[in-house]
Amino acid sequence: MSIFARLLPLCLAFALAAPLAAQTPLQDVLQANRADIANPSRGTVGQVIAALMAADAPGTDEFLRQWQDRTVIEEPQTGLFYYATEVEGRQLALIDVDSGFEAARVGSRDVTAIRPNAGVRREIGAALVRFELSAPDPARRLAALEAIGRSPDAEQIALLAASIPDEPDTDIRIRKERLLDLLNARFATETATRIAAIAGLSGDVSTEARRALNQILATEPGIAPSLPQDRNIARVLIPGQDLSREDAYDRLVAASLAPARADRNSIRDGLLAHVADGMVGGLPTHRMSDPSARLAAYDALVAQGLVPPLVSEADIDQSLAGYAFFDAYLEPDATLTDAARAAIEQTDTRLRLFQWLAISLDALSLASIFFLAAIGLAITFGVMRVINMAHGEFIMMGAYTGYVVQTMIPDYTVSLIIALPLAFAVAFAAGVAMERLVIRHLYTRPLETLLATFGISIALQQMAKNIFGTQARPLTAPDWLAGAISLNDVVSISTIRVAIFVLALIFLVALLVMLKRTRLGLEVRAVTQNPGMAASMGINPDRINMLTFGLGSGIAGVAGVAIGLYAQVTSEMGANYIVQSFMTVVVGGVGNVWGTLAGAGLIGFLQKGIEWFNPSNTLAAQTYMVLFIILFIQFRPRGIIALKGRAAGE
Amino acid sequence: MTLLEVRDVSVSFDGFRAINNLSLSIGEPELRAVIGPNGAGKTTFMDIVTGKTRPDSGQVLWGERQIDLLRLSESQIARAGIGRKFQKPTVFEDQSVRANLSMAVRNKRGPFAVLIWRATAQDHQRITELAHEIGLTERLDDRAGDLSHGQKQWLEIGMLLAQDPRLLLVDEPAAGMTPSEREHTTDLLKRAAQTRAVMVIEHDMEFIRRLDCRVTVLHEGSVLAEGSLDHVTKNQQVIDVYLGR
Amino acid sequence: MTLINRPPVAATAPILAQGTQTPPPRRGFLRENPSIPWFLGLLTIFTLIVSVLSEGLGIGALSTSMVKILGMTLCLCLIAIAMDVVWGYCGILSLGHFAFFGLGGYAIGMWLMYARTEIVIRESLTGAVLPPTEAELSEAVAAQIFGVVGSSELPLIWSFAHSLPAQLALVVLVPGLLALVFGWLAFRSRVTGVYLSILTQAMTLALALYLFQNDTGLRGNNGLSGLQNIPGLFDIPQAVLAVWFLWASALALGLGYLLFAWIVSGKFGSVIRAIRDNEARVRFLGYNVEGYKLFVFTLTAIISAIAGALYYPQAGIINPAELAPIASIYLAVWVAIGGRGRLYGAVIGAATVSLLSSWLTGGGAPNIEIGAFRLMWADWWLVFLGLGFVAVTLFFPKGIGGLFDKIVRKAP
Repeated sequence: MSIFARLLPLCLAFALAAPLAAQTPLQDVLQANRADIANPSRGTVGQVIAALMAADAPGTDEFLRQWQDRTVIEEPQTGLFYYATEVEGRQLALIDVDSGFEAARVGSRDVTAIRPNAGVRREIGAALVRFELSAPDPARRLAALEAIGRSPDAEQIALLAASIPDEPDTDIRIRKERLLDLLNARFATETATRIAAIAGLSGDVSTEARRALNQILATEPGIAPSLPQDRNIARVLIPGQDLSREDAYDRLVAASLAPARADRNSIRDGLLAHVADGMVGGLPTHRMSDPSARLAAYDALVAQGLVPPLVSEADIDQSLAGYAFFDAYLEPDATLTDAARAAIEQTDTRLRLFQWLAISLDALSLASIFFLAAIGLAITFGVMRVINMAHGEFIMMGAYTGYVVQTMIPDYTVSLIIALPLAFAVAFAAGVAMERLVIRHLYTRPLETLLATFGISIALQQMAKNIFGTQARPLTAPDWLAGAISLNDVVSISTIRVAIFVLALIFLVALLVMLKRTRLGLEVRAVTQNPGMAASMGINPDRINMLTFGLGSGIAGVAGVAIGLYAQVTSEMGANYIVQSFMTVVVGGVGNVWGTLAGAGLIGFLQKGIEWFNPSNTLAAQTYMVLFIILFIQFRPRGIIALKGRAAGE
Repeated sequence: MTLLEVRDVSVSFDGFRAINNLSLSIGEPELRAVIGPNGAGKTTFMDIVTGKTRPDSGQVLWGERQIDLLRLSESQIARAGIGRKFQKPTVFEDQSVRANLSMAVRNKRGPFAVLIWRATAQDHQRITELAHEIGLTERLDDRAGDLSHGQKQWLEIGMLLAQDPRLLLVDEPAAGMTPSEREHTTDLLKRAAQTRAVMVIEHDMEFIRRLDCRVTVLHEGSVLAEGSLDHVTKNQQVIDVYLGR
Repeated sequence: MTLINRPPVAATAPILAQGTQTPPPRRGFLRENPSIPWFLGLLTIFTLIVSVLSEGLGIGALSTSMVKILGMTLCLCLIAIAMDVVWGYCGILSLGHFAFFGLGGYAIGMWLMYARTEIVIRESLTGAVLPPTEAELSEAVAAQIFGVVGSSELPLIWSFAHSLPAQLALVVLVPGLLALVFGWLAFRSRVTGVYLSILTQAMTLALALYLFQNDTGLRGNNGLSGLQNIPGLFDIPQAVLAVWFLWASALALGLGYLLFAWIVSGKFGSVIRAIRDNEARVRFLGYNVEGYKLFVFTLTAIISAIAGALYYPQAGIINPAELAPIASIYLAVWVAIGGRGRLYGAVIGAATVSLLSSWLTGGGAPNIEIGAFRLMWADWWLVFLGLGFVAVTLFFPKGIGGLFDKIVRKAP
């Protein structure tokens, strides 16, 4: 080992020690205030904390926390302070306040535990918050703000307000001001301050702001003989209109204002309690399978005073008539609740707008996935009237290609850049091979193409299972695609979905350019519209068919990579998309890129729209969507954008 | 009397007006030839009458009760008494000649009636007669697909006759036939036209001349001229159209 | 050509028979369809042999599970001939008939499950001091059945589950009505060919998704289970029940075969084959094509449902995965491999492929060593089926039945 190497750690140690040397070690600061730390009182603790803060030794915050948690001890001989953690037996490990290393082990009776009382601990806690709120590290300040947001209370107002003027970071300053508003809205002592703060929250769609407003507007159910004047009443509930008679009566029962209704079970229990010698209420038990016999027996028991009488409908009505039902705000001040309600209405309007935007974004992203999955199919189906049931498996092939590339190239960005064209090539080759070997022989028998390609589909799926196994394989997105772009708490979209949208857009433009501007596109369109005529004009339909099939399959491969990035790669992933893809093509109208776009848009927005009405149940959304499509095809059998003319009729 | 009346019918495909305010009528019995250059709308006209194509405007009235055919489906129109022979012979190749004829013979057409239908002696008689008429007696139990092209044409005509329609629409019946077969076809059509309306689309002037009937000339989707063959061929407009001006 | 030399008779006037051809002698229905006696004979012999070999009634050479598989295969053959009629004869490639099959299974499964649970609960309550009321009973049954999906209320669609005749009627009515409504919508708007196939597939998908939901009252993806226990027949061993179900399945298949053979042999058969080959032409002959399609679609749906109602008590469990679109495609595969347009072809296809499939994937077949490579049938069977299917479509469009025809019929 060279001398240089030996010296290096030493140099480093000096380099690190240099800035530390400027500060006093924490232990020294503590020793300077030894007596007040060991026996803190409410009167002295303020000075001690001020002194600690002024010295700002590293680890001060940790010390305050431990002090508050009563885990600081004093070593009686040296008078030094340590943090204590219990180890096995009655042993305590003493941890040095500066280095954080274990200094010694002692019996728990050999040291003096420092036990600040509740008042002192509150002071320490406030100091800690203050300390953190003005910590030099912005991340710590943010963490402190978050902690306050999680468990807000009245005492934080002053601390927070005090930290705002010195806040150097504009973003954090804004957050602090908003948090202050939140605290003021709920805890400020002055009503005017609270109302001002509430007004400040109006239109703020963040979850914390909404939660704060909703907490001000929290209600509890109330019952009284007549509406009380001293309560801040949210709404009056009329039984039979605003709440059902049963619920209203149940409220009375819960408040012990009325006897419980007897349901079948309580009747049965009442009867069971008075069975004797196979008889109950004067009737034999074997007749008790008849509900009317049970009632008769119960009535007999009531007559003997053995069970409480049944509550009749008339009784219920009478009980209900005697009381007013209402929901009252927990907050007694009506001006505050009115302000909060006005604010939340404002917020709700904006919220609906943002939710609408969020759903639209969701729908757009779903539509681009459908578009990507379906466009290849639309090309093959449109040009050749060939139903390719193996299309989904080309998507799967593309996704597995991406997976394999990723196992070989660890850099996700590079592997993605390689995987996209490679997936296209693999699927293109597979598509061309399939066209040459199978589909070409079946052009006159479209239904049989459907079946033959289905045969290929099950063979490919099973082969993928045999090769890659049945468990899902990950296709990891590079970091720059992994996050999410969020506008606020309501609207956010993952980057990967944006990327898929962009990819769909690129494909749309590329296909349109190819179809409208190139020779191949011209020939493809010619074959789509009239194969016979195209052939007679010297276009080789065989070649066009092969190329279009390859193209459609290749796009499926690329779509596979994209889909694999946000879903998982399994041998069945293609099958999950195939029916939807067909419906996209059919709904949109065959043989037309715009049609597919329209179909994907319709289906995507529809599915999200239905999900919006019933967010918990995506299965139901899908069911209704398929039903809608079935009905849609009734009315527009040729899709949204249909080819017209005699050629379309064939 | 007028059996079929077409009034001011128009239809366009993608902006192209295939039929343009066409008005035309045919009586019963009558033999009528429809001629016209390619794209004059002859086949589209038949499509409209038989319900295959819905016109954008106009009326098609049928029979004594002036039924609006545009409200009926293809099969209802066929049952009302309009039979059509396509340009390309379309018989059911997979089935026997007998089955082909049997399907065409006038009987109840509903699924349940057909399900319990069993051929009566009368039906057999009728099929035998038809087969005899179209010269396929020997081949009644052969697959229709095994027939020659001409025989298929005849089978289709036989099926048309079996339907016993009041109006026969015949699209280029003589295409692909030998001269003697054509002659025979002419005879058959003329005979059929003695008791019913027959409308023939044809290109072959010689064939038309032999039909010896009223001729309607279509051009660009409307009637250009109507009258005897001699009359229309002297019409200057017709000459212009046919000479390709 | 003799025609032109002979003056034709006026087509309109009643024609006198000149070439005196008498109508052909009417042959019997069975003589016209020689496949029927053959088929029924073989089916009877098969059923007898299986009964004799069965554990339940015979010498025990066939295990009960094997008897069940054979009985289930007969049900699959029944739905296959229904599929053959709708596709092979009428040209509608329906990818939805397995949905009807499943619906039939669900309809009968509801009764099986409800009645069995009710009996069990009644028995468990026999010792109770107070005999249960009907309401309590049905509550207890509901809690038992729907506990898995976190509910204890009997959904509305189970209103008739206590009654066997009602559920039997539903076996026919629910799929029949669904087919009728769906078919009416689809055929009326002239959706044909591949579009129709996709539409039927969409219908199947919608139905499967619907059943997958927990709150639609059919126990979500748990499906209905324990269907092999027939209420009221708890004392009869499964081995015997299996044979009984085999008989019922064979009877249903035989009757189904007869029914379909009768339908396709007459003029109706002619018309639907004509619809398959050229729908437009049939319209111009005056036939209401939609009515025919609807009739065939609905009738085959009902027969499929009956097949399903016989199948699932043998299978013992039904869940929504059974209705997935892929099952209906497999059905088409069976029929295509067996040979379309001939009823026995469908039977051959369904029996061969489903039996081979359960043999090979069930681990019954020995694995094959090819050098270092070990061919596991369970892994590779689907690959071979898929490729074999492509080969059949390409090279033997008439399927096994077509080969059979070539050998049997053309043989001197």
